[in-house]
Amino acid sequence: MSDDELNLSELDDTELSEQMQDDLYDGLKEEVCEGVNILLQRKWQPYDILTKVLVQGMKAVGDDFRDGILFVPEVLLAAGAMKGGMGILRPLLIETGAPKLGKMVVGTVKGDIHDIGKNLVGMMMEGAGFEVIDLGINTDADQFLAAIDEHKPDILGMSALLTTTMTYMKVVIETLKEKGIRDQLVVIVGGAPLNEEFGDAIGADAYCKDAAVAVETAKRLLTQRSA
Amino acid sequence: MSKLTQLLEEKDFLLADGATGTNLFDLGLEAGMAPDVWNLDLPQNITALHKSFLDAGSDILVTNSFGASSRRLKLHDMQDRVAEINARAAQIAAESAANIGRPVVIAGSVGPTGDLFAPLGELTYEQAVEVFIEQIEGLKQGGADVAWIETMSAPEEIAAAVEAAVTVGLPYTVTVSFDTAGRSMMGLTPGDFGTTMGKNATPPEAMGSNCGVGASDLLFALLALTDSAGDIPVIAKANAGIPHIKGDSVVYSGTPDLMETYACLAIDVGARIIGGCCGNRPEHVARMRKALDSHVKGEKPTRAELEEKLGALVSPPATKVKSEGGRRRRRAAN
Repeated sequence: MSDDELNLSELDDTELSEQMQDDLYDGLKEEVCEGVNILLQRKWQPYDILTKVLVQGMKAVGDDFRDGILFVPEVLLAAGAMKGGMGILRPLLIETGAPKLGKMVVGTVKGDIHDIGKNLVGMMMEGAGFEVIDLGINTDADQFLAAIDEHKPDILGMSALLTTTMTYMKVVIETLKEKGIRDQLVVIVGGAPLNEEFGDAIGADAYCKDAAVAVETAKRLLTQRSA
Repeated sequence: MSKLTQLLEEKDFLLADGATGTNLFDLGLEAGMAPDVWNLDLPQNITALHKSFLDAGSDILVTNSFGASSRRLKLHDMQDRVAEINARAAQIAAESAANIGRPVVIAGSVGPTGDLFAPLGELTYEQAVEVFIEQIEGLKQGGADVAWIETMSAPEEIAAAVEAAVTVGLPYTVTVSFDTAGRSMMGLTPGDFGTTMGKNATPPEAMGSNCGVGASDLLFALLALTDSAGDIPVIAKANAGIPHIKGDSVVYSGTPDLMETYACLAIDVGARIIGGCCGNRPEHVARMRKALDSHVKGEKPTRAELEEKLGALVSPPATKVKSEGGRRRRRAAN
């Protein structure tokens, strides 16, 4: 196909940005990385590449995921491409002291090994400009507490896929209350068997139905909090 | 002929059982514990649960082995005891059903590994087949009549579990959770699932849907699956509504009334094996038994009728489709 011979460096900035967003949507990691490098050569600021190109591209992915048009495999590919671009930008962002939207600690709760949704949340949050500390699977309350103490996040995200593990989220939130730090954090929860009422009942700030909603919710709640 | 197929030939429908995990909470299971380990430590609780479903009228008992594959058990450092835990799970169910005066199918539960398959994740197809073979061999050794492959989402994981069951020589069933906009989380449609299963050299004894986001969504998915199922009997095993938290325990919104309506609608949709997943207690199953025994199969309902009787779809299908070609200038080369 002649499309495959598309030479990214021949595109002007606007065309290249659009093409990179399409490549992101299609999960083309190499092409996204190539585009990031071209924009850097053209003296774009790393922060502008992240926010004006990649974050916008991931928003299209997130919207179509939320609307049931894209499913987990496509979103994982897109997130992988995003990760590729971020790999180039991250050290440069730190160097240039680019602003962060906030910091999030995220983990799958004790007894649960399911991390697909949690990983998606981590990648989409990072793609939206947050710093993400991922504690992995089978995370108990002590591990959450230690990470909160160390990283001082704005947001705590917890994930569970099993009806036999989701109630552990309540254990973690109760522990946060006991330590008197519950109100310092925005707590968002997600996972297949959960729902909004469940999130309310265990004392979370919000239940997020998927990674796209998690990003929107985190932004909204942080804005509300700082208002 | 398998025991399951034989019973399906004798009866219009079969009643499966209700939830395992959520009911074990009532018996003292705590969040984060592995229910499967109770086959070794507290078998009397599993027996009690099985017997309560038999009393409710179940024709099929699903074993307490949903998470008893090495990939999941390693979390509890029990990955070396896969064969033993699965064999015990099947034995406990078989012993519970012995001498009750009617045939009961022992369905060896096989849940997903929880891992993403390569290239998206680490687990290779070949590794997954090995993982499932180990589990299904244990179930067979313990006396399971069928490998009850459930709560599946990824087509390649279904294929691996099916290959394992066929390799071990145990008849199998497959049920998928269609919980995301009318498809599985990984994007599998009910129609494609049915068509693919029908093409297997050794087709399933039955196939259908379990778990997910409620009775409406599950039966909506079965409207499409029954169209593509051909002669393969269809299974419906829906959750009892959605979970609510009360104090420290989880209560499901679906009343026995609702599940009775669901069971009759499942027959009308074309299912022949009916049961419940998360949140279904023995009283839900008993009500299904009573209702089904007197139910006369009606016309296949529409989506609107399902929503009227069971509530609106929790995760309805998308109203627009992915834009192919056109907008996307360059596509992955495949």
